[in-house]
Amino acid sequence: MIAIERLTKIYDSLIAVDDVTMTAAAGAVTAIVGASGSGKSTLVRMINRLVEPTSGRVLIDGEDAASLPVHELRRRIGYAIQSHGLFPHCTVAQNIATVPALLGWERRRIAARVEELLHLFQLEPATFARRYPHELSGGQQQRVGVARALAAEPKVLLMDEPFGALDPLIRAKAQDDLKAIQRKLSTTILLVTHDMEEAIRLGDLIAVMDGGKLLQCAPPAEILVRPATPLIGALVGAGERPFRLLSLATAGQAAEPGAADGAAVAADADLRDVFAELLWSRRAAAPVAGADGRIIGRVTLARLIARAGTPS
Amino acid sequence: MTATVVPLARIERLGLDKLGVVVAALLAVGATSPFAVFRANRIVAGEAKLFFEALPPLSAGVFALVVVAAAAVSLLRTSARLRLAMATGFAVAAAALIGNAADHLTPAGDRFARVAPAAGFWILAFAGSILFADSVVRLRLGPLARLLGLALGATALALFLWSGAWSEISILREYASRADVFWREAGVHLALAVGSLAAAAAVGLPLGVLIQRQPAARKPALNTLNAIQTIPSIALFGVLIGPLGWVAAHVPGAAALGVHGIGAAPAFLALFLYSLLPMVANTVVGIENAPPDAIDAARGMGMTGRQRLFSVELPLALPVILTGVRIVLVQNIGLATIAALIGGGGFGVFVFSGLGQTAPDLILLGALPTVLLAFAAAIILDATVELVSRARS
Repeated sequence: MIAIERLTKIYDSLIAVDDVTMTAAAGAVTAIVGASGSGKSTLVRMINRLVEPTSGRVLIDGEDAASLPVHELRRRIGYAIQSHGLFPHCTVAQNIATVPALLGWERRRIAARVEELLHLFQLEPATFARRYPHELSGGQQQRVGVARALAAEPKVLLMDEPFGALDPLIRAKAQDDLKAIQRKLSTTILLVTHDMEEAIRLGDLIAVMDGGKLLQCAPPAEILVRPATPLIGALVGAGERPFRLLSLATAGQAAEPGAADGAAVAADADLRDVFAELLWSRRAAAPVAGADGRIIGRVTLARLIARAGTPS
Repeated sequence: MTATVVPLARIERLGLDKLGVVVAALLAVGATSPFAVFRANRIVAGEAKLFFEALPPLSAGVFALVVVAAAAVSLLRTSARLRLAMATGFAVAAAALIGNAADHLTPAGDRFARVAPAAGFWILAFAGSILFADSVVRLRLGPLARLLGLALGATALALFLWSGAWSEISILREYASRADVFWREAGVHLALAVGSLAAAAAVGLPLGVLIQRQPAARKPALNTLNAIQTIPSIALFGVLIGPLGWVAAHVPGAAALGVHGIGAAPAFLALFLYSLLPMVANTVVGIENAPPDAIDAARGMGMTGRQRLFSVELPLALPVILTGVRIVLVQNIGLATIAALIGGGGFGVFVFSGLGQTAPDLILLGALPTVLLAFAAAIILDATVELVSRARS
């Protein structure tokens, strides 16, 4: 768990982060959303002390971040950035091994960890371990960047616009992969993004910042349904709101007993996609298939519509 | 020479190679100019000999054949491989023939007569090297292939020297009468050029790192080094005579270490001072140009300043730093020649005593090895820079 208490950063006369207090739950993804200049990156960079706070403190699992030598602190926290920051003169394996090597792991342990991570990120070690970053695609570079951040098994991972440099199709895949890996490792992630869509897709908790201030920190559904300020309402987007709300749940969660005609939708498909499918195929209901292909029920248009509006 | 005024478009239409036209023209001029000069002794005026006068009939025939073949290969649009083979063959033939001319022109047993390559030979050599360089560029040889080529060239040169094929050529006559001095001065020359580079690297790298981290110190430091760079070399030697003379006279042990107002010490110091700017500036630029994300990531992952410097910043700056080393080494090999003016030794000794005695062969004995050394240093370091940067871009 990361507790941020009254954290403030002032540059000369500019208040970059203004008295922010929030908590990022252990094992969850907290997305920090804001426009550029909102202070979101500065806030996150104060956690691993790339920026030293003017006042306030950060507690990581109850321990004050300022009490540790800065290098030790950073080696315990994963750090992934937008343009991946891979070392161009090091191979993929050497890049991933950076922090374990700094921590003085044994060579064999490092090699095993590198291989494990490459598998986890679907990069065949035999093919990729010895490549240099410039020999990889943008998506592969980004995966290596995240793999490197996770190499020393940090409990906390800071990500600053990790998908910003990817094109939309690859970005969606990378987001899904991150979510899956996060569930598997239950790493506490703080993710900085300017994209509300990304925040809703990945965040268990969304913190919205503007002008250095924290405007609201709440689960996505709450941000969508009860935005604390008009600005958050605008970020959420009135036109997108119902669909984003739908996207928070899956077909499995909305399934009810009964049968329906036509092709089945997967239980883990999000309801926005299911809604689109129903509209497109002009159906009032669709069967829901579990992971094993067995039909577990159906979702109806009426049910989806009921879920897509403000709870009364 | 009329060929060069033909419009380029027409050359293309004729199926001719543009650069080849220039090479062929040079070959024509070279072949019809004196191939060798014969002098009764090393300082009298010489008699210029055209190739058929300088060479025995059979060799003259070979000469004509090789020149015509080289002209044909350059003129026509031939493959880069064939051009390279032709250039190599041409170089070997020219090298063998000039030795042959020297043997032929020197009366048997005459130890005073001198035969030197004349204008025609040098023009042919120039034409051959254009053909050679052009074919190497067209083949896009990788760094390792270029290093191998350099090694082969050096071996061929050594073979010609050791075989005695050139022993009658005037430059080698000059060499033969002062072989000991030659190798001693070669050692001094290399020690001056490489030693001052090593000293400049030892001082310049840390200085570069330091001023990269202290932006306030950067301008004054680089400006000072820039100012040193603008002092003409002879003036710098002169400026150093005073202080070094004082040091020699007043610092105990300095004179014993070879520090004097004139001699190798001021030459070494001057070369060192000239070398500092490229070393320092390239270190600064190399580190500055390291990708900022990589530096940010290095900090964010918990590297200390020292770890960041040695495992990220310096490796990333290495190609730029090596480019600085290349500049310094090639520059120093040339500049070290001037050290002879203040008694510092090196190949300049032959150049300046040759100038004093109006003995062109002696000048060449100093100048040719200097040029070859600089050339070899450039090839080796260019290849190294390419090998180092290839992995990462």
